[in-house]
Amino acid sequence: MAGHDHTEPPSDIALRVKALESLLLEKGLVEADTLDAIIDLYEHNIGPQNGAHVVARAWTDLEYKARLLADPTPAIAELGFSGVQGEDMVVVENTTEVHNLLVCTLCSCYPWPVLGLPPVWYKAAPYRARAVSEPRAVLEEFGVDIGEDVEVRVWDSTAEVRYMVLPERPEGTENLSEEELAALVTRDSMIGTARAGQE
Amino acid sequence: MNGIHDLGGMHGMGPVDPETQEPVFHDQWERRMFALLMSTFAGGIYNVDEFRHATERMAPAEYLTTSYYEHWLHSLERVMMEKGQFDRAELEAAWAMVAEAT
Repeated sequence: MAGHDHTEPPSDIALRVKALESLLLEKGLVEADTLDAIIDLYEHNIGPQNGAHVVARAWTDLEYKARLLADPTPAIAELGFSGVQGEDMVVVENTTEVHNLLVCTLCSCYPWPVLGLPPVWYKAAPYRARAVSEPRAVLEEFGVDIGEDVEVRVWDSTAEVRYMVLPERPEGTENLSEEELAALVTRDSMIGTARAGQE
Repeated sequence: MNGIHDLGGMHGMGPVDPETQEPVFHDQWERRMFALLMSTFAGGIYNVDEFRHATERMAPAEYLTTSYYEHWLHSLERVMMEKGQFDRAELEAAWAMVAEAT
């Protein structure tokens, strides 16, 4: 509006968030205790350790693996992981013939119940731009060497579906327990930017 | 919507830059921003598509030069005003109040 004197937001982003929080508290739209509980949940309980359990179970229990690939959302819920950003899961399996890679080119879709919140690079422009156009180059930068004879499948998330990679079980792990196997399953191995057990 | 957020295949964005041992949040304000979004979203005032649309309407230069949780801040302010939960004058008053308190 002509002549209207707009106040500029504080240049310090922390102050601007603080202002929004105080306004929402004042309006009764949020509660301080709830905010603290949400932060605690995502900092301490929801993370890639959840997905690692799913993967280790699939490696050790073939019937579970079949359920996980056929109907992932309830199979993941069997282990206690469900909820926001994991309502419609698809699990894609890495094999000696196929390597899967996940991206969300439009924003940041990511399977929160099994992987937690996405890392900064996953949400940033370079990965979103390049994962679909030159996935092999991106994989090489992450230290994943993909043979010419291996098909690379890139899965670009839609607003509804959340993908998770079931990585290959590393060789020489036949005698490991489920718990020991879970320790080999990293966040990146479930995005596809690493192999399980990769240093 | 054909906007700057549609980054797939775009050239010139530089190398992917992964951080080792990345924390869940990098700063206290990111924690608060995340929780504000989650809490208001759970309240059902807006849906995820409306929120995403608010981000997609950011000015392209601003979109590319601000961080992920800055996008959230921009979009939550915008969608709450569009839903009539508060108006610009109230937001400006809150800005003035925190500026004064520091």
